[in-house]
Amino acid sequence: MKIKINISSETVTKPIIAESILETGVLLNVSQAHFDRSHGEVVADVLEEHYEKMYNALTSRGARVTKLDAPIEWNREECVECSACVSVCPTRVFSLDEDYSLMVDQAKCIQCGTCVEMCPHRALTLLNNK
Amino acid sequence: MVKKTIHEINAKIRDGSVSVVTAEEMVDIVGELGSEGAVREVDVVTTGTFGAMCSSGVWFNLGHSEPPIKMQKVWMNDVEAYTGVAAVDAYMGATQLSESLGMDYGGAHVIEDLLRGKSVNVHAISHGTDCYPRKVLDTSLALEDMNQAIMINPRNAYQKYNAATNSSKQTIHTYMGSLLPRFGNITYSGAGVLSPLSNDPEYRTIGTGTRIFLGGAQGYVVGQGTQHSSAGSFGTLMVQGDLKKMNPEFIRAANFTGYGTSLYVGMGIPIPVLDERIAQAAAVRDADITTNILDYSIPSRDRPALRQVTYEELRSGHVELEGRDVATSSLSSFKRARLIAAELKDWIVKGDFFVSMPVERLPENTTSHPMKETEGVSFVSDIMSVSVVTIDKDASVYKAAKIIMETAFNHLPVVSKDNSLVGIVTAWDISKAVSQDKFDLVEDIMTRKVVTAKADEQVAVVARRLDVNGVSALPVVNGENNVVGIVTSDDISKLFARRH
Repeated sequence: MKIKINISSETVTKPIIAESILETGVLLNVSQAHFDRSHGEVVADVLEEHYEKMYNALTSRGARVTKLDAPIEWNREECVECSACVSVCPTRVFSLDEDYSLMVDQAKCIQCGTCVEMCPHRALTLLNNK
Repeated sequence: MVKKTIHEINAKIRDGSVSVVTAEEMVDIVGELGSEGAVREVDVVTTGTFGAMCSSGVWFNLGHSEPPIKMQKVWMNDVEAYTGVAAVDAYMGATQLSESLGMDYGGAHVIEDLLRGKSVNVHAISHGTDCYPRKVLDTSLALEDMNQAIMINPRNAYQKYNAATNSSKQTIHTYMGSLLPRFGNITYSGAGVLSPLSNDPEYRTIGTGTRIFLGGAQGYVVGQGTQHSSAGSFGTLMVQGDLKKMNPEFIRAANFTGYGTSLYVGMGIPIPVLDERIAQAAAVRDADITTNILDYSIPSRDRPALRQVTYEELRSGHVELEGRDVATSSLSSFKRARLIAAELKDWIVKGDFFVSMPVERLPENTTSHPMKETEGVSFVSDIMSVSVVTIDKDASVYKAAKIIMETAFNHLPVVSKDNSLVGIVTAWDISKAVSQDKFDLVEDIMTRKVVTAKADEQVAVVARRLDVNGVSALPVVNGENNVVGIVTSDDISKLFARRH
């Protein structure tokens, strides 16, 4: 499952993700990481059964952890099912089924935002993305 | 030879006995029955397409104000419309951009907003005349407030279109969407098997006056579209229809990042099956329609074709290119093209839509020639400084500072032992190093990622490269990466100062 880890400016210089991985022995697969002066933001994959442990380890170190159930919002009203998004997505979130309807597999999304820029109809938006 | 007339087909539409199929269904029918059997079996084949068509727009008549105005300039929601005609007529083009929102909102959005029942803010100015005294006008108008809203699209329904990819190291943003670096993806447009003109490539039934489905309403073909190049199977159509009767399902504004706005237009054209040749042509498959994959990273109207490809390959989701399997994206919606062909079929079966013959055929064997340019074109070699001074990467920062002071060059290309370009150092880099008390080697303070130019490139292309990269000079290199000159933004400014 995908989680988003928000790190405040006070803890941004501390290796809290590394510490949490060492403490729990739970693997994190980081797909996006953005840091600036004011905060840090990391999107990562963690196995569902280990979520609780990782959540506790990270939050005890001052991070805020949220589940990303739907990393990307797909506006079906705006979408014309052209498939522009299909070829730019690095993790194959989008595909066309046999009758050329667009299929969106949210679980694969790493929130890179390439499809948002590509979509001619502004039908895709990243969620929980401040 | 089996032959039918348009009157026989329209009589069957009237009495409800007409047989209509979509261009997709026609493939198997001709496959099974042959073209002669297909003419007996099928009266009309419907086509459909739904994609970005930039050459689109709407003529509005706004009604006369009191006192009246001869609009000299007019904006709708801050998007300018062309009004170099009579007093309150104006043409809103799809790609015209908002003066306040830029690429986020354009003429296409004004058209879609009106179609969805929204009002738009109208602002007009005029010099004032005895017959039209008013100088400024501000009002808010909805579609129903317009006397006419006639969509006239100068170039729609390309028979087929080039596919696009990108060989460069950066993502580029084009009207063919985002093209990822190093052949990262391929984009294409067009309905292939359902494409109107590809199903009547000899233009035997599609021409001036042909009744069509346009944006969910009945419209007409005006004639050949601009840039109609029938010789290369790149035919186009100019079409017209009544915006007031259209449906936002089939008319949609679009934004292409870094390019601007466009309008997705839904169009369907019926092909009356009058004889075997028409039947055979309407059985065209995706596999029969070929196009070229062009490298859009080459900033030229003559982009090199990397390979030929069929619509069948493009639609499969991946195409082999330069030894790799590259993912494809369609920019037009095949699902909605199908919907249009089915909807048009339904209209004809129900007796709501009659087929027509063109009153004039589209021109055959025409080509579009490139622009005649009368002003001389400037190349980098015309304006670059050839007396460029380079510096060795192992030289000291002190030496670099001394050269800059002595030569008045602000940029020093840095070269390695074999004289190939490895970096660039500017007066600013040196000031920065000095302010940090760093008196190391040039190599330690230079910028390693150098943006370069070639001597045979056009100045216009290089000017944009300076702009995009936010730099003020580019070393000019030859094929061996040796520095042969330098071109600066000053050189380019001087060129334009000379001209004007």
